[in-house]
Amino acid sequence: MSFVWKRLLGTVPSLAGVIVVTFLLSHALPGDPAAYFAGPAANAVSIAEVRAKLGLDQSLPLQFLHYLGDLARGDLGHSLTTGQPVVTDLLQRLPASMELTFFALVFAVAIAIPMGVWAATRPDSLVDHVCRATVSVAAAFPTFFVGLLLVYVFYFLLDLAPEPVGRLNEILYTVPPHVTGMYTLDSLIAGDWPVLAASLAQLVLPAISLGLFALAPIARITRAAMLQSLGSDFTRTARASGLKRGKILFTYAFRNALLPVSNVLGMVFSFLLGANVLIEQVYGWQGIGAYAVNAVLASDYAAVQGFVLMMAVLYVLLNLLVDLAGTLIDPRVRFEA
Amino acid sequence: MRDTTLGRNIVHAFGENRLTLVAVGILLLLLLCAMFGQSLAPYDPLTTDGAAKLSSPSSTHPFGTDALGRDILSRVMVAARLDLGMAISAVVLSFTLGLTLGAVAGYFGGWPDRIVGRLMDTIMAFPLFVLAMGIVAALGNTELNIILATMIINLPFYSRFARGEVNVRREMGYVEAARMGGNKALPVLINHIIPNILPPMMVQASLNMGWAILNAAGLSFIGLGVRPPTPEWGIMVSEGASFIISGEWWTFVFPGAALVLAVFCFNLLGDGLRDLLDPRRRI
Repeated sequence: MSFVWKRLLGTVPSLAGVIVVTFLLSHALPGDPAAYFAGPAANAVSIAEVRAKLGLDQSLPLQFLHYLGDLARGDLGHSLTTGQPVVTDLLQRLPASMELTFFALVFAVAIAIPMGVWAATRPDSLVDHVCRATVSVAAAFPTFFVGLLLVYVFYFLLDLAPEPVGRLNEILYTVPPHVTGMYTLDSLIAGDWPVLAASLAQLVLPAISLGLFALAPIARITRAAMLQSLGSDFTRTARASGLKRGKILFTYAFRNALLPVSNVLGMVFSFLLGANVLIEQVYGWQGIGAYAVNAVLASDYAAVQGFVLMMAVLYVLLNLLVDLAGTLIDPRVRFEA
Repeated sequence: MRDTTLGRNIVHAFGENRLTLVAVGILLLLLLCAMFGQSLAPYDPLTTDGAAKLSSPSSTHPFGTDALGRDILSRVMVAARLDLGMAISAVVLSFTLGLTLGAVAGYFGGWPDRIVGRLMDTIMAFPLFVLAMGIVAALGNTELNIILATMIINLPFYSRFARGEVNVRREMGYVEAARMGGNKALPVLINHIIPNILPPMMVQASLNMGWAILNAAGLSFIGLGVRPPTPEWGIMVSEGASFIISGEWWTFVFPGAALVLAVFCFNLLGDGLRDLLDPRRRI
């Protein structure tokens, strides 16, 4: 238990760093937000008024204290484009992004781990080479390009996938009653099978495009970790004792290869959360990534800042989760820490 | 003696992996486009032609034309300079700054190490592409800021790598000997340690180039940095994306393929360079 507390405390410096950086990004940079907020018709007096109202006439440390106070109250400011509080906007769109990322991760893990294990059991065989080729090709394709190619092939040419109009074709289907905000889960709860099928169909292509990006690192590390644990003494002993192949492969080798695999997940999440933005843009997915892109293009600072902060906090928490999962996989981690 | 070993190493690395040779070929092609693209291109990349809008690939326009009738082949060729330029500048800046910070942190330890470590941890606490977006949004929407953002998100990889490599070598015999010979701390670091960590750092940089290209192109794909009508692969893919539904595939496939080719080339080169300079790391 003390390990969990230590690891929880370990997130404090990360979170503090994240908050300082997001503050600096918006406050210590060239350009005058007051002039921007005051609008094109402003004069010196009205700009000064806006500056005082926004607290921008105070010293940087004082502004930082105000920023902390606002954060503590869960206030990220108002979005210029939607006119709503940024927190409301983000929370409204977060389930869409989570749903997409989750399905992408499931896809990546479901393909990459068996592929890595298979390749490791037969080094330098055809399977191994196919695995290696897939990994290097997947690593070279920009996510957004893969997304567009899939749309072209599976929607335009083959007509297998639905039109990429976002999370649900709202002309044909009605959005399920809001429970979690994730359409697949909500339609499942409502027992609305056609909507469930439709929202899953919309998810397939974006989840695959996003997942392909995460596939390469997971497959590579699985292969390397499996090779190592298959070559280790305990596997040799297990083999010498005449244990069954499956038992050696999964109970002995795979369980020991799991820790490096779970450790690489931290990096994979960094990729996924970033690439999410690009995929949402391609598929018209109404998540926080698409929201942030619009905000950046409209110079909607509060919204961008809120987005960066939320993603970073999410990422810190995911890393925490990965580390805690690591202690379940391998109890030795607890003592090393 | 040294030359023949190096020569044999090169032959071995290329012979072992023909792909590295292919990568060198692609690299030469890309560099040719980057340097002389403007004069080699069959058309001017910015000239519009109302009569030839969205024409499919043909002998006059091998890659077809876009919505304004501009020749896509010419635009793809000319864009090489900007795309490679942004990625190379970012990697060079990251390499230099990361090497300096990491070497100082690893060599001196103590508070420089703690400060650099904390700084890099803070960068790594963000999903990196998201941080890059935030930086470009805050600093302003220009090509220079794309380079800067790409540099910042790559910094931790170089800094941590350099720190680790320096740390390992700090107590090695030849470093001790240099110190015994009466050299001061800084000259030992600069003249004896850093030259020895440059080869593995170069491998790191080459493996990193592909990622830097993807990152810069990703930022311009969502509309940051590069502005139309400037030819750039990411923005061309995003301009072509609106024609998928009507089937004009060449508008986004060719610039996208150029990106894939460039990233693939640098990834292969990185692998080849690693085999050449640091055979122990081969997996």
